[in-house]
This record gives sequence, C-alpha cells and structure tokens, in this order.
Amino acid sequence: MSMRFSWARLWAVVLKEFIQMRRDRLTFAMMVGVPIIQLTLFGFAINTDPKHLPLAVVSAEHSPYARSLVRALENSGYFAAVAQPFTVAEADALVARGQVQFVLHIPEDFARKLLRGERPVVLLEADAADPAATSNALAALSQLQTSALAADLTGPLARLAPLPGPFELRLQRRYNPEGITQYNIVPGLMGVILTMTMIMMTSLGMTRELERGTMENLLAMPVQPLEVMVGKIAPYIGVGYVQVTVILLAARYVFGVPMLGSLALLLACVLVFILANLTVGITFSSLARTQTQAIQMSFFFFLPSILLSGFMFPYRGMPLWAQYLGEVLPLTHFLRIVRGILLKGNGWAEVWPHLWPLLLFMAAVLGLGLKRFRRTLD
Amino acid sequence: MNAAGEPLIEVTELTKRFGDQVVVDRLTMSVGAGEIFGFLGPNGSGKTTSIRMLCGLLTPDGGRGRCLGYDIRTESAAIKRQVGYMTQRFSFWEDLSIRENLEFVARLYGMKERRRLVDEALERLGLAERQQQLVGALSGGWKQRLALAACLLHRPRLLLLDEPTAGVDPKARRDFWDEIHRLAAAGIAILVSTHYMDEAERCTRLAYIAYGRLLAQGTPDELIAASGLTTWALEGPDSAALAAELRRLPAAEQVVAFGHTLYVSGADGAALATQLAPWLARPGVRGERRSTRLEDVFIHLMGQAPDNFR
Repeated sequence: MSMRFSWARLWAVVLKEFIQMRRDRLTFAMMVGVPIIQLTLFGFAINTDPKHLPLAVVSAEHSPYARSLVRALENSGYFAAVAQPFTVAEADALVARGQVQFVLHIPEDFARKLLRGERPVVLLEADAADPAATSNALAALSQLQTSALAADLTGPLARLAPLPGPFELRLQRRYNPEGITQYNIVPGLMGVILTMTMIMMTSLGMTRELERGTMENLLAMPVQPLEVMVGKIAPYIGVGYVQVTVILLAARYVFGVPMLGSLALLLACVLVFILANLTVGITFSSLARTQTQAIQMSFFFFLPSILLSGFMFPYRGMPLWAQYLGEVLPLTHFLRIVRGILLKGNGWAEVWPHLWPLLLFMAAVLGLGLKRFRRTLD
Repeated sequence: MNAAGEPLIEVTELTKRFGDQVVVDRLTMSVGAGEIFGFLGPNGSGKTTSIRMLCGLLTPDGGRGRCLGYDIRTESAAIKRQVGYMTQRFSFWEDLSIRENLEFVARLYGMKERRRLVDEALERLGLAERQQQLVGALSGGWKQRLALAACLLHRPRLLLLDEPTAGVDPKARRDFWDEIHRLAAAGIAILVSTHYMDEAERCTRLAYIAYGRLLAQGTPDELIAASGLTTWALEGPDSAALAAELRRLPAAEQVVAFGHTLYVSGADGAALATQLAPWLARPGVRGERRSTRLEDVFIHLMGQAPDNFR
C-alpha cells in the first residue's frame, strides 16, 4: 500500500459519518438524553453516607440516662429508633428480617451502675453485612461516648464525666468538608457517561458497515485505514463535548458542585479522554465481526471501568494487582483529573501525571486498531 | 485473444481456499480492452471470489495475476483507483441521499470539479430531481443504475460487475446492457458475471466456471462449436409423455421443454439421430435439427464438471 494519508479523503469520511449520525434520530436523541437521565438518576440517588438508619432499642429500664443515650444516637443523624422490642429474641428477628440495622441493648441496672461509677456495658449490635452501609454510623459512635450524657452529668455527678484526653486531635475535611456525595459522584459520572456512549457508539462503526454490506464497497475504494478510523470517530468528539456541557451545567446549577480549577484545562483533558475512549470503540469495531460482538466487547470493558476505576469503590481499598489493572483504564486517570480540577483546583502540574497515561493508552490502542483493520474481506 | 492490445486482466493459476474448501481452483484467463467478458457459472462456483481477488478485496492463496498492469497481490491500492467494482449486493449507503453517495465516492477518488461531475452523473441517470432522496427508498432498478453511475464516476479503465442485473426487470436489464455496450465501445474493459443466458449472448467473450474451475472459454460461437452438441427440436401430441420417453434415450443428454417444443441435445450427433428416428417416424411428431443454444452448452458443461461438493 503505497498511498499517502489524505485530508480530503478523511474529510469525505467525516462528512459521511456526520450525515449518517444526524439521520439516526433515535441514537442522536439517546446521545443527549442518556447523560441527562443518568445524571439525574445517579446524581440524586447515589449516597455513600446513609443516615437515619433504623435502630431497635431493647431497654430493661427507663431512666433519664437511658433516654439521653438514645436521644444522643438520634441526634447524630445516623440513627432513628424505630422499634422497642421487649425481648432479645424479638430484636434478633428484626435484624434478621432486615427491618432494623442496629440493636441497642441497655442493661437493667444501667442507671444504678452509672451513678456508682461502675461503667455499665451498653451493647450496640450492627447488621454489618454491608460494611459501607454501617461504617459511617459506627464511626460517629466514638464521639458519642464522651458527649451523650454530658447534659446529665452535672453538679455532684460531674465527677463521672469523662476526662479530656492528653492531647487534642483536630480533623479537617478538605475539598468536601460536608462530605456531600454529589461532589464526588457528579464529576465521576461525567467520565462514566463518556466512557459508555463513546465506546458503544464507535464500536458499532465498522461492524455496521460489515453487516450492511457497505464494507465491501468501502474497501474497494482507495481509502486508507487511518482515514476511515479517524473519520469515523471525529463526529463523536462533538457529541462528547455536548454531553460534557450538559453535565457541567447540571453539576454547577443543579448539584452545586464547586469548580475551582481552570475550565479550559478541564476541556482540554476531556478531549484526550474522549479520544482515548473513541479509539477503544473503533478498535473493538475492527476486531468484532457483528454488532452483537461489538456490544459485548464494550460491556466487557465498561464493567471494570466502573468497578475498578475508583468511581464506585475507593481505589486504595483494592489489592495492588487490582490497582495495576485500574491504572490501565482511562477512566481511573480521568476521575483523578476531573475531581482534581473541579474540587481541588488542580492545575497543569498536578494534572500531567494522570494525563500522559491517557495519551499512552490512546496511542497503544490506536496502533492495535490500525493493525487489525480489515483491508480485505479475507 | 481476439481483442486488440495488451490484456487488462491476466491471471495465472489463481487459487483461493476458504478453510479446506477450494473455492477458486487454478483460474487462468485474460481480458483485453474493449471486451465484454462474461463470467458464467452456477451459484457458489467462485465467480464473486474471483472478482474480489482481481480488485484486491481477497488475497489469493496461490497463483499470480496482473490487473491494469499492477500486481493484484502487492499493488491493490493502485488497482482500486482505476477499477469500478459493482458488488453483487447493493453496497451504497442507504441512509445517505443519492447526491451524498455520489459526492462521497467522488471525494474518495479525489475527483476535481466534483460538483459538476456529480451534476452530470445525476443528469445522465435522470435522477437530478430526486437527488435529495435517500437511497434506501429507491427501487431495485434505480439502485442498480445508481451503483453503476457511482462506479463510473472516477472514469475507470476496467469495470467489474458482479451479477449486476439480479432482480431487475427486463426493460431495465436491456437498458443496462445497452449502456454496457456503449461503455465497451468507449474503450472500457468489462468483466461481468451473470446467470442469464440472454446476457451471456451479449458478451464478446465468455468463461464458464463451475466448482471453482474454468471449464470453457471463448466467444459464444466458439463455445457452441467446441461443445460438439447436436440439438433437435421436436413437437408432438402429449409432449410431457414424449419428453419422459426421450429422456430414456442414452444419446439424449438433455431434454428441455419450451412451451410445446422439446429440445433434445447430445454430444454424439450420429447416435442421437439414429435413436430419435423411431419417434420422428411417429404420426403427429415433427422434428428438425436446430442450432445449439448457449444454455444447452452450459448445462452440458455442468453435467461434465467433476463435482467436489457432493
């Protein structure tokens, strides 16, 4: 093949793809509709800090101290006392059925032992089957020990109040002091939505030509693999930016996500990320023989992207091998870039370590795609 | 070779396998400028595969060949620029308009004065008013005409047409073949595959391939002469019963009914005449020798072909 790359032929393919994309109304509507639906759905639905978890209180006495303890739990925001079973067996049944998440056992001589300074034992049982659902509530407990009875232990009882520790620990939650899930999820959704639509749409590109029989015509004409591949993905860059615009506007005006960094830098990084995903899609498209295969490949890539990138679960919580796997995925790096720019106000210097892996990924995948591009019908 | 000049297609021992099945078996042939070369053969005989190898869409497993002076293995890019290939299945973009399809093709070939070229093509096609219509909405005949126009847009020296008239009505077929002859007269070499005998008769030269093998090659007259077939036409009362009787004759290889006329042909002319004599003597039966038709030749050839599919 002694033919040079031609901008005119590339333009021909871009025009053709653009017209075809525009004619496919349903797909076009989905490309704009999907980000809006997913953003509203997940943006409002996902909450990694669940509150008002149902609590059953098994109390053998009704002293003001016991009541203070329950009130303190409720005031933390994490617990809501919904049941007062009389027996332990009843409480166990409630946990087993999932009707309550926690059971608080207050012993019968709680008040007496408390006043005698005998440090009565209070048991809190948690349904810890889902660690994420209970961990924040349980973390809030440690504070309660010192503060729960503060109002009751005054005057002569002040001697029972806990002593302050030998040093004071101050906690500062930076970038998201209130722990608002959306600040983390909404920028992440931008990456997830782009990954899904970009890969899915382009993965159908070549297989559609193959299934409709137009591939034979295309191959019989003097057009180069690189021209076809680049031409097929180019219109989707525009689609990607439409999605990003929709998501950024919603992030700002619906979810109130802070935007501390440079918008220009973000949009530049978005371009690299979009291109990385488009090359994955078009490469799947040259590997697959049918559109069904192409969709299957897309999902094969999409699931680890969601689960191992740090979008859903903390990246540092994964074993090292999984982290290495995550490092390969473009979404992992993009999440760090987008969260960094929006929430931390990161600049070029902080972004670059996550940008070059994207560029490397893109070059490698494009190379594979070109190598596997069908030049013949063999 | 009965065409003047250097051959535009020249292949030697071209072979293609799919798995362990030989689809094209040592095909050797040549096509010259201005020729209309007919490629005939039953379904699955390797016609499409041969054409695809000629324009670089499939890589041959054996043999060599030159198309327009370029090697079909290594210089397919150069071949693609000068060949117009019309695929068997309509392969233009149905979600593009007529004009958009033509423009796309013109752009890919880097044609200058694209707008004028496309305008002219639309004018010739008689589709100028419908140029904005989506191709998917066109009828079979119009799709075929559009495909031909698109293949000619870059002024190719060689046209490869793979069953171009399948599913097209007789009037459109005749117009299409008139156009083919005009193009050949203008110096374009044409290789066309077909099932239709009336189309075969309009070719200047024919090749018959079955089960991947070239069985015969030459002008229609040469092929008829080379077959050595003798044909008789018989007419009589109750032609169905007559046909059944004639089929039992050892020398009658084919007995075909056309209306009330039975065409009986065989390779051994003398034996056929002897064996037919008793029937010709029957009252009410009339018979005479006829010229053998191309179709009889091909059915004869097919019967002789070593069948490696059964």
